[in-house]
Amino acid sequence: MNLFRKIVFGAAVLGFMAGGTAEAANKIVMDGSTTVGPIAKSFAAYFTKTTGVQVTVSESGSGNGAKSLINKTCDIANMSREMKDKELAAARAKGVKPVEHIVAMDGIAIVVHPGNRVNALSKAQIRGIYNGKYTNWSQVGGPNARIVVIQRESNSGTQDSFKELVMGKESPITKNAETQASNGAVKNRVATTPAAIGFIGLGFVDSGVKAVMVDGIEPDERTVKNGTYPITRPLFMYTNGPATGAVKQFIDLKSTPEGKRMISELGFVNH
Amino acid sequence: MMSEDVLKESGRSGAFIVSAQKRKMQKLAKTAGESILLLIASFVAIVVLFIFYFVTVDAIPYFQLQGFREFFTSSNWYPAGDPGEFGALAIIYGSGMVTLGSTLLSVPMGIAAAICLSDILPFSVRQYAKPVIEMLAAIPSVAFGFFALVIFAPLLQTQGGPILMWAWWILAAPFLLLAVIVISDLLSAKIEDPKRRQQISMFLLVVFGVGALAFLYWVGSVLQGIEIITGTNALNVSIILSFMALPTIVSVSEDALQAVGRELREGSYALGATRAETIVKTILPAASSGILAAVILGVMRALGETMVVWMASGNSSHIPEPWFNYLEAIRTLTATIAGDMGEADQVTGSARYHVLFAMGLLLLVISFISNLVSERIVVRQRKILSGQ
Repeated sequence: MNLFRKIVFGAAVLGFMAGGTAEAANKIVMDGSTTVGPIAKSFAAYFTKTTGVQVTVSESGSGNGAKSLINKTCDIANMSREMKDKELAAARAKGVKPVEHIVAMDGIAIVVHPGNRVNALSKAQIRGIYNGKYTNWSQVGGPNARIVVIQRESNSGTQDSFKELVMGKESPITKNAETQASNGAVKNRVATTPAAIGFIGLGFVDSGVKAVMVDGIEPDERTVKNGTYPITRPLFMYTNGPATGAVKQFIDLKSTPEGKRMISELGFVNH
Repeated sequence: MMSEDVLKESGRSGAFIVSAQKRKMQKLAKTAGESILLLIASFVAIVVLFIFYFVTVDAIPYFQLQGFREFFTSSNWYPAGDPGEFGALAIIYGSGMVTLGSTLLSVPMGIAAAICLSDILPFSVRQYAKPVIEMLAAIPSVAFGFFALVIFAPLLQTQGGPILMWAWWILAAPFLLLAVIVISDLLSAKIEDPKRRQQISMFLLVVFGVGALAFLYWVGSVLQGIEIITGTNALNVSIILSFMALPTIVSVSEDALQAVGRELREGSYALGATRAETIVKTILPAASSGILAAVILGVMRALGETMVVWMASGNSSHIPEPWFNYLEAIRTLTATIAGDMGEADQVTGSARYHVLFAMGLLLLVISFISNLVSERIVVRQRKILSGQ
């Protein structure tokens, strides 16, 4: 009898728990770019506070974000680049219809150590540094020191955008380039390495690093918004089919005054 | 309950007389127990076999698609290119480089520490020292990696020369001192007259001592002049990995030294050997198979470590110039698997996905071979020691 009672009690507890999780299904799961991550996180904090809907944000790179959306393990994929044709094909094959929403504009800042006397580089010079043509700062008007080239890993949207906007199809990035796993890690390496050059989202630039002028144009909110800064890209959130319900409400935050304030506070530019 | 019954029955009759049914039950229970234990034990072996199987199955398509040549002979690693290039030579080289570097650093230190723990320190100190060393193994590798990236790499960049010089003095001075003493003793050992022998020995000691000091100073000043451009390099990772391998090496070789036992030690002392002679000529040879096992485990730890190398090796897939330059960024097999995993699934191009499994297979094969070799050496050593 005692045993029987225990079993009934256990089943009741399990049932209760199952009921509880079913009720809490009203949540949004996000995955993807480390560049879009900060926007997603401050949106999420605000959204949870105002609506009570739980939002989880993972930052595993744009490629992984696309993968999660295709595998239906997230509601919104944050991406700092457009979906590639291959990814769109894979999505179609799994019955997922990715719909893009541009949440903000971002400039990719070329950063160097604050002690470096180089203040401006042309796009051709940056390309030369990254494809290995220039290996010493003295070749681009700097001190006599070997250039430590820092790039991002292959599933980074920033890396893809940089390659597309600066390198072009023909010239691969030099084999000597070091690889770091996030915008923060690149910033950290550049801030502590006098001879380093790296590229990070404009929102990550702080006093620890110096963003150089590209083709004579300072990277800031104005030049990114009017498109004169040469390394500018849109940031995306992708949903499976048109956004509805809480997800739509979440993405629409970008056009509310509060959302616009959050975007520009993070150093990005409103679309 | 059953065993009580059995006892009662056997006690009553004075012998093991159990009813046929009970005997059957007992036999069944015994078989069931044994088979469960066997299942659990074989589960581990089966897991290893399954890992081997699945990694191999996913690695083979790469070699079918791209062949063996590019993977092992080219150092062009552009997996995201169109078409992708999958030359892993520089990456394999990088793995070898940091493994060798960390082995060179951790093995002498680890064995010295193990000897100190087992034969030199008093028991009361050892009781506390060993757990503290083993605690190093409990530090998560991401913490090591963070330290290497955020603290050690900038330090190498700003203070690289002086750090190298001090490390050289601290590591090389004791060895050179020992070598000077041993060499001058050996050279003067042939002289019969004790007074003359002492004089010559002293003379040689001074000459070699001055020479060694000059050598130390010369190398030290060369090292001090070196400027490290990038702190995330093979040297940084080798040092951090050697600390990670240290607890394994110390702990396992200390156990091996302890296992040698009191008899051999006291036998050696009884024959008139000093403590140094006992350690070098008796204990170390007797424990050599265990120490070798410790070294192999340490090497495997360094080869398989991922987080530290992914964070702090710089991850640039080129062979340093010159080839022994530990001050350049490198890339290892493990870090490549970790870093390229995200983009490389079946969706985005299959050679790019399977090449990571080829790398995993390579790592598995390397550790498999070195385990096999160490097993052989241990067996042979045991045979020699037991006089067969």
